[in-house]
Amino acid sequence: MLAQFLQFLFSGVTVGATYALAALGFTLIYNASNVINFAQGEFIMLGGMLAVYFTQAGLPLPVALLLAILIPAIVGILVEKLAIEPVKGAETVTLIIITIGASLVIRGLIQVWLGKNTFSLPAFSGDEPIQILGATLLPQSLWVLGVTALVVIALWYFFNRTLQGKAMLATSYNRVAAELVGINTSWVLFMSFAMSAALGALGGILVTPITLTSYDVGIMLGLKGFVAAVVGGLGNGLGAVLGGLLVGILEAMGAGYISSSYKDAIPFVLILLILFFMPRGLFGGKSTDRV
Amino acid sequence: MKKNVYLGLYIVVAILLVLPFVVPNSFYLDLVIRMAINAVIVLGLNLLIGFAGQISLGHAGFLGIGAYASAVLPTHFGWHPVVAMGAGALVTAVLAGLVARPIFKLKGHYLAMATLGLGIILNIAIRNEAQWTGGPDGMPVPTMGLFGFELASDKQWYWVVALLLSVSVWASLNLIDSPFGRALRALHGSEVASQVVGVDVVRYKVAIFVMSAVFASLMGSVTAHYVGFVTPNLADFFHSIELVTMVVIGGMASVYGSLVGAVLLTALPQALATFEGWETVAFGSILMLCMIFMPKGLVPTLAAKFGKGD
Repeated sequence: MLAQFLQFLFSGVTVGATYALAALGFTLIYNASNVINFAQGEFIMLGGMLAVYFTQAGLPLPVALLLAILIPAIVGILVEKLAIEPVKGAETVTLIIITIGASLVIRGLIQVWLGKNTFSLPAFSGDEPIQILGATLLPQSLWVLGVTALVVIALWYFFNRTLQGKAMLATSYNRVAAELVGINTSWVLFMSFAMSAALGALGGILVTPITLTSYDVGIMLGLKGFVAAVVGGLGNGLGAVLGGLLVGILEAMGAGYISSSYKDAIPFVLILLILFFMPRGLFGGKSTDRV
Repeated sequence: MKKNVYLGLYIVVAILLVLPFVVPNSFYLDLVIRMAINAVIVLGLNLLIGFAGQISLGHAGFLGIGAYASAVLPTHFGWHPVVAMGAGALVTAVLAGLVARPIFKLKGHYLAMATLGLGIILNIAIRNEAQWTGGPDGMPVPTMGLFGFELASDKQWYWVVALLLSVSVWASLNLIDSPFGRALRALHGSEVASQVVGVDVVRYKVAIFVMSAVFASLMGSVTAHYVGFVTPNLADFFHSIELVTMVVIGGMASVYGSLVGAVLLTALPQALATFEGWETVAFGSILMLCMIFMPKGLVPTLAAKFGKGD
């Protein structure tokens, strides 16, 4: 009974950490530009697929992983420079379509380059499961959770203790005011795309040894990351992390106790309920609009 | 202005009358029929996106309700296709209304999120309830008959769909010029201002959303009967995106833009089929380029360029 519950909890938290990283990515870009980046899921896919490609090409694991984070970050910057910046101030719908276009291009290129097969990555430190109260925990899950925790701490430090981080935060509160005090807001936009692509890619890499990857995993992962971001109150960093974990856990519990074939529907049922009953998300603050 | 409001409609009707006599073969007739079906859906969706300034990322879900109502109810329960079609539209209306009411009390693009969720849930349900829907493989749809007359050939379907399209264009033009349409446009301009002059913002938004959802459901039923087969792809997220794209590429808040968007994007996959494997890349690139260089969409951009207002 407890063992089963723990088992579901472990798998939920592991996947949830990936959603949390994706949700953080959404949050960063949303705060910097009010754009909901529908290409976020493709960065998760890129991370996993590139890690597989570079390790299979014979590169040592650390180098392969570094490249698999760096390249998506460059892709993120390209998307921002080539597609988002030229249409500054366009309608939300237009921006959404542009990011969807970007996601199709990324997915299509990977499909042409690496094919439609499903790939796996060897776990970073073996596959020997750890027994905890009758449930098993994969060492890779510890990697996922540990690295996610480190990233969250690093981001917290960045946003609260460094000038650059504070500049990004200031831009998200009030863009015009930030420009007035001399913050380079295009640099902020640039950074937020690079960072959120890198975060997504990192999540994709970490979870690939457990969930496998293929050219089309980005759609669902991205959408669930988006759900997590909204659950946490869109724009709220800590909320995004908690939202990600919550979505992951509920999905695993639902799949285990209710129906595994409806597993993918669970985050979306959750989002509808939250929009109905707690429209600002679980952790979103009150907001007022100026007329 | 008033005088040539219908000019475009006459042109559309004229084209529709001539088309079946100039299309070279049944392949192109089929393409034209699918363009016209999409055009009707896009007209409805454009009322929501272009005039109410709201976006739905789950319209294919409503299309799916209509399509599967027309497939499941006559097959498993022996309902008359027309009744089944009406039932699908009714279920869609109720569902859309239920979802929209709480959502529209919020500001921002939460409708996008809610419709996205709803669409995905519907699609997952269709894929999983295989005993009713045939699951991922889909199921055949009985033919549509009315007063002992059976709609079977593509030619017959063409005239039905052409009529539906003409009526939809006419209705959209009138709607935009009605008090209801003016309220909608005010809403897109400034929600607060329209509230101040007494527009019941939530009610109008719900009404337009329900209407566009019902358009989609009805055309879903038409698609199901015309093709004779339904699959869950009809109701998936990518199809929802395609529909929104048709609106945005053609031109938001433009009736004729809707038609242009539907025609172009229905033809695009056929045209791209020659790119073998590169279709997704090509489709994505075209989307981005259109939006970067013509963020207002084709028809409004061209209209502005040649100095004709709207």
